[in-house]
Amino acid sequence: MARYTLNRIGLGLISLLLLSMMVYAAAQVLPGNPGRLVLGREASPEAVEQFNERLGFDRPLPVRYADWLSDAVRGDFGANYTDGRAVTDDLVPALQRSGLLALYAFVLCVPLSILAGVIAAVRRGKPLDRTITVAGLSLAVIPEFVLGAILVAVFGPAFLNWFPGIAGVLDGLPLLTKLDSLFLPALALALVLFGYIARITRAGTIEALAADYTRTATLKGLSRRRVLTTHVVRNGLLPTIAVVATQVGYLFGGIVAIEKLFGYPGVGLLTLSAAQVKNFPMLLAAVLVIGVIYFVATLLGDLLTAALNPRIRLGAER
Amino acid sequence: MSENIPTMPVLVDGPPAAQSPLLPHLDSPTRVRRETLKQILRSKTFVLGVIVTVFWVVCAIFGEWIAPYHPIDESFGTFSYESPSWDHPLGLDRNGRDVLSRIIVGARSVIAVAPAAMLLGVGAGSMLGLVMGYFGHWVDNVVGRFLDAVLAIPLIVLAIFVLTALSAGNEGISVSSWQLIVVIGIAFTPPVARTVRSAVLAERDLDYVQAARLRGERSPYIMFAEILPNVTGPIIVEATVRLGYAVFTVATLAFLGYGPQPPSPDWGLQIAEQYADISLAWWAVVFPALAIATLVVAINLIADSVQQVLDE
Repeated sequence: MARYTLNRIGLGLISLLLLSMMVYAAAQVLPGNPGRLVLGREASPEAVEQFNERLGFDRPLPVRYADWLSDAVRGDFGANYTDGRAVTDDLVPALQRSGLLALYAFVLCVPLSILAGVIAAVRRGKPLDRTITVAGLSLAVIPEFVLGAILVAVFGPAFLNWFPGIAGVLDGLPLLTKLDSLFLPALALALVLFGYIARITRAGTIEALAADYTRTATLKGLSRRRVLTTHVVRNGLLPTIAVVATQVGYLFGGIVAIEKLFGYPGVGLLTLSAAQVKNFPMLLAAVLVIGVIYFVATLLGDLLTAALNPRIRLGAER
Repeated sequence: MSENIPTMPVLVDGPPAAQSPLLPHLDSPTRVRRETLKQILRSKTFVLGVIVTVFWVVCAIFGEWIAPYHPIDESFGTFSYESPSWDHPLGLDRNGRDVLSRIIVGARSVIAVAPAAMLLGVGAGSMLGLVMGYFGHWVDNVVGRFLDAVLAIPLIVLAIFVLTALSAGNEGISVSSWQLIVVIGIAFTPPVARTVRSAVLAERDLDYVQAARLRGERSPYIMFAEILPNVTGPIIVEATVRLGYAVFTVATLAFLGYGPQPPSPDWGLQIAEQYADISLAWWAVVFPALAIATLVVAINLIADSVQQVLDE
């Protein structure tokens, strides 16, 4: 297990390093002249020169990359091109806001989809199973912002008026107000994840239902309810837990569009606005941080899967 | 597959290979293919998916001829918003444009980009997967690390980053269809390559590949003429699934501003433009949203039924 873990961490770090190289190079090479880009067409050549010198653009690319990376791993992503503020000043609160939204989405999604998955497995082949499977599969492919817009049209101010259609800045408000404002964006994210988690739960439960220990428990005379709760669900859930962890990273893709739709200033909206004004230090930091979140989440998911599966744990990986 | 073969007539002499002519075209590839096709066509979800998809493709091609009004004509109604009526079944949007006409013509911008991006991603991914699976060792390892690096951030974030870098010299963000196709195609390459690679790994050590090697065939021939035909199943499944994701991605990027610009009737752009007034005029948001949803779900129904039949 230790060997597998180290191997997995090592490979992940190499991927992250490659990712940082590729995005750094893309961000530096493609814009051409950053000073001209930021200061605009009217700026004097001297001012442009000075800007480039101040930010170190006169040095060779590998040197700049090494500097940037060594700062970045210490948590310093430099300053915005636009207003000179430290990137982390805006990035950290934005990450906290997105974290709350992501957590909320999971809290809404996981119990619901596990329940649906178990029901589908128990009713395997029946219309209810088919409905859950097809609905889950369909929800998983509809873009988050489309689901969000439809949810707002129904539950928002247009019809039922149960929840607001705009989240906005919620800092300092009581948690309950936040949860009320974030309900629809979290639900939109949750619905996209629903099908995937339900499908894995269904598969795990079907396997557990067919297992010998389930038959033994039934033959022992345990009630159907008892067999389901203590034997089937407990074993069927193991793969699901691992899969949920890997979905955290996926969630950060959908969060961009959802944050834009609801005007919620998380890391997705921050990325978008940084892109709009071509504030590459912020953009780089956001991409790298999302990459790290993705890496940690999939690592946890994989390690959990491995811990539960002796075939992987004992090193049969190709 | 082996269970389909009835008990073979026993020939005492002659190698087993000599018996095959006695089983008239039992497992001939065309026959298997025809059977599979029949099975797919029998699935109700597949037929439903095809009908809806074809409907939108027809809208994309003949939009202006089908649409009752011009999609960017703002001359209807004195007030900008107007709820659905007999003249305008899906209402008018903020600019007083006919929503139905905009949805019909708006199919084009998605359908012009998504399939091309999918083809590029599946083509490049299959090629890379073949090479990785066939050569293995360091080739597999090195290419694999780069693929992992691309897979380490969500597709949308990656696309935003690359498209921003590509339009770095310009004012604001301007994205052409070609850029969208290339960026989404490249972003699709790693997941396709992974799928094809594992399919190739299962084939690589089979006898027919060994035989081809012993015959002295060159690697490209073995990869493309021997192995490729045997991994078309996973590639077809991957292609249908990716097509759905391509529509997903193109629509999302358009919504984020990385796509057609106003006054284009693109679906994602319509939602972005009209969302602020959703409490005044839900129809200007909900109908484009339903258009996107029906198209992705329809493609997904096709993908799902193809996958079910090919997996059997």
